[in-house]
Amino acid sequence: MARKLVTSLGVLSLILVITALYMVFEYVPTEADEGIVQRIFYFHVPCAWIAFMAFGLVAVAGIFYLWLGGQIWDDLGHAAAETGMLFCTLMLVSGSLWARPMWGTWWTWDSRLTSTFILWLLYGGYLMLRVMIEDSRQVARFAAVIGIVAALDVPVIILSVRLWRTIHPAVLVTRQGGHGLQDPRMVATLLVSLTAITVTFAWLFLVRFAELRMGTRLAALARGIALAEVRSGDI
Amino acid sequence: MEHFGYLFATYSIIFVAMFLYVAFIWQRQSRLESEVRALEAKLKALTEPRSESGGAESGSKPSP
Repeated sequence: MARKLVTSLGVLSLILVITALYMVFEYVPTEADEGIVQRIFYFHVPCAWIAFMAFGLVAVAGIFYLWLGGQIWDDLGHAAAETGMLFCTLMLVSGSLWARPMWGTWWTWDSRLTSTFILWLLYGGYLMLRVMIEDSRQVARFAAVIGIVAALDVPVIILSVRLWRTIHPAVLVTRQGGHGLQDPRMVATLLVSLTAITVTFAWLFLVRFAELRMGTRLAALARGIALAEVRSGDI
Repeated sequence: MEHFGYLFATYSIIFVAMFLYVAFIWQRQSRLESEVRALEAKLKALTEPRSESGGAESGSKPSP
């Protein structure tokens, strides 16, 4: 059942990504001010949305781990952080590639960019912690706390275009209200890209989560076998 | 087609990164599978001497 779901998600993700790419390169009209480079936006925004959602999931898993203490919550948070980190990195890279022709620079210490970079660093630290420390229970506790604290940066990033003076464009919800997409085909392309990236995230997340669960069960089994070996050696 | 290079680079990076992540998951999966095989072999080695020696234990399932 679970294997079927993962396979179906993988196939669906492939179909949706191909459809989204067709829409980005063929269907959608070129934006008048920014030109062809505006088409980066159709994958940049979904990557941001997925990264924020994944880090929200890390925080929820962290809360449940600290509350209930099950290993499943730790594995859930770990899988979400890793997949979220992939999309957060892609968001930063695609944003930088858009900024170069638009702003004339790869990077600027704007409030939204800086707060996003801080988020990336926090989750980078979260993942490094998991690699560097052996004691899994201690790591799980620390990681849960970091995951919860780091997620507080997400609303700061979302509100940064309203709270501070920033050069980052507010396209989805403009400062005047409403959205900045003039053509219905632009909205349709964004929605298809958003669905494609969400399904891709769900697929990658489920595969990674299943793998982490399997790793946890294998470690428990290996401990049991080692114990049995010691006992049979004593006899 | 001004700035097409940036657009092409962005989408190339996105899909190369996703492909690399899938490859990383695949690699982990094969490592886990080899761990399963090693544990199966260990379990077999643990249960075989018992089943050879004991008549009563020969039909029972090994507990993990």
